[in-house]
Amino acid sequence: MARVPVAEGIFTWPSEEPQLIGSRCAACGIVIFPAQDSCPRCASTEMAEHLLSRRGRLWAWTTQEFPPPAPPYAGPTGAAFVPYGVGYVELADEVRVETRLTNTEGLRIGIEMELVLMPFRTDDDGNEVVSFAFRPVGAAGSGG
Amino acid sequence: MDVAIVGVGLHPFGRFGDRTGIDMGAIAIRRALADAGVQWRDMQFAFAGSYEIDNPDAVVALLGLTGIPFTNVYNGCATAASILKMAADTIRLGEHELGLAVGMDKHLPGAFSSDPRLYACPSWYGELGHFVTTKFFGMKINKYMHDHGISPMTLARVAAKNYRNGARNPNAFRRKPLSEEEILGSRMLNHPLTQYMFCSPDEGAAAVVLCRADRAHRYTDKPIYLRASVVRTRRLGAFEVHSPWLPIEETVGPTVDASRAAFENAGIGPEDVGVIQLQDTDAGAEIIHLAENGFCADGDQEALVAQGELEIGGRLPVNTDGGLIANGEPIGASGLRQVHEVVRQLRGQAGDRQVPGKPKVGYTQLYGAPGVAGVSILSV
Repeated sequence: MARVPVAEGIFTWPSEEPQLIGSRCAACGIVIFPAQDSCPRCASTEMAEHLLSRRGRLWAWTTQEFPPPAPPYAGPTGAAFVPYGVGYVELADEVRVETRLTNTEGLRIGIEMELVLMPFRTDDDGNEVVSFAFRPVGAAGSGG
Repeated sequence: MDVAIVGVGLHPFGRFGDRTGIDMGAIAIRRALADAGVQWRDMQFAFAGSYEIDNPDAVVALLGLTGIPFTNVYNGCATAASILKMAADTIRLGEHELGLAVGMDKHLPGAFSSDPRLYACPSWYGELGHFVTTKFFGMKINKYMHDHGISPMTLARVAAKNYRNGARNPNAFRRKPLSEEEILGSRMLNHPLTQYMFCSPDEGAAAVVLCRADRAHRYTDKPIYLRASVVRTRRLGAFEVHSPWLPIEETVGPTVDASRAAFENAGIGPEDVGVIQLQDTDAGAEIIHLAENGFCADGDQEALVAQGELEIGGRLPVNTDGGLIANGEPIGASGLRQVHEVVRQLRGQAGDRQVPGKPKVGYTQLYGAPGVAGVSILSV
């Protein structure tokens, strides 16, 4: 079984220490995620790839305790659904990224978080689809 | 040119089996026309709002094909505020003197969903489960409670108030009072929001007849004047639904922008408002919106709610007809349901849920995906 990313171009792959791939505007300096070729602040098209910090602080969070409507949700549903955390992590004072959280317990605004890859689902070809998530630094995490 | 509302009509909100959204729209229109004492053939123009119905102007098949300009609008959760504004502007600009706005919708049960690419979001955002509005509301109120000292009991009290008000409203979807304990004990959906703290998509329709203010007394002895109607969208830095990222720089949301502009346009302040309708997608949204619309400072809600100030007899009566929590949200109609309630309250026709003391100014606010807000201010 191969491991494949949920989408190309959202985190470095393959990588021992994966990083999210954003963009930085050469005109106004704003950092955004995911990468896009025009700036949502100044409308410049001078956007360059910018790798984001692997660590940050939890800015807002909640839990997702029911399966989201599918489609577009493509993860486990029914008895296979496991509630998960979701939140925004502020990365290096550059950008806040919305992300799955590996934990639903012990979440508090301001705690330090780090990027991990988590198994998300198995696709029709039997590949393990992985995505990015954040977990509290020092926590083992549930692995999603 | 000032604008008056001379007729309001509502098809109840809830679940109505095989009855179509168009049928509900026609019923709401007939009730609004009867309320104004006018006929469909008197209408010089119309705007219709709907999410589910492609061409709500097809309602003319049930009312009469009179050839009027009839424009269909969808503008997210601010659809009804948008058609009210467009109808009012048509009169303000002097193009027509008498016309109508109607909202109608018929949603399937369950959280709203769509293709994230239609919202300029990537596909993987939806695949991962991020494209669901309820978790945004969970995050926003969870952060707000952390920052401003709001307790889960306050969420439950707001929801319980809205169910209580809904029980007094024969047009409401949910008419059974629920206790704070039942609300807190219902299934957790998105921490800290439980099932009974959320509204549900449902079905319904509402219509409003508007005219030049100087002609209003031809139709009614109780005209209600539309003093301001404003729609705003999110600016960079607002904390908004369906955002894969947010910048570090922060700014206020579109509700704040719309509210400030509406108060300025009307020359009226929050202290003058006697009856308030706020977007309570969830109990937390009502709490946040009370401050975002200028009715209190952040954090004051904890005491205001505990003291009953948001009740029908309180100092700031909010969602006197039960709001979205008791009425559900047929998107196209929701904002005109708010206007219907405010008009009834300002006329003194709200029956069991009449706000005491003859309120003179009413206020309505819509907010929702993808970061759009609408505010209207009405007065006697």
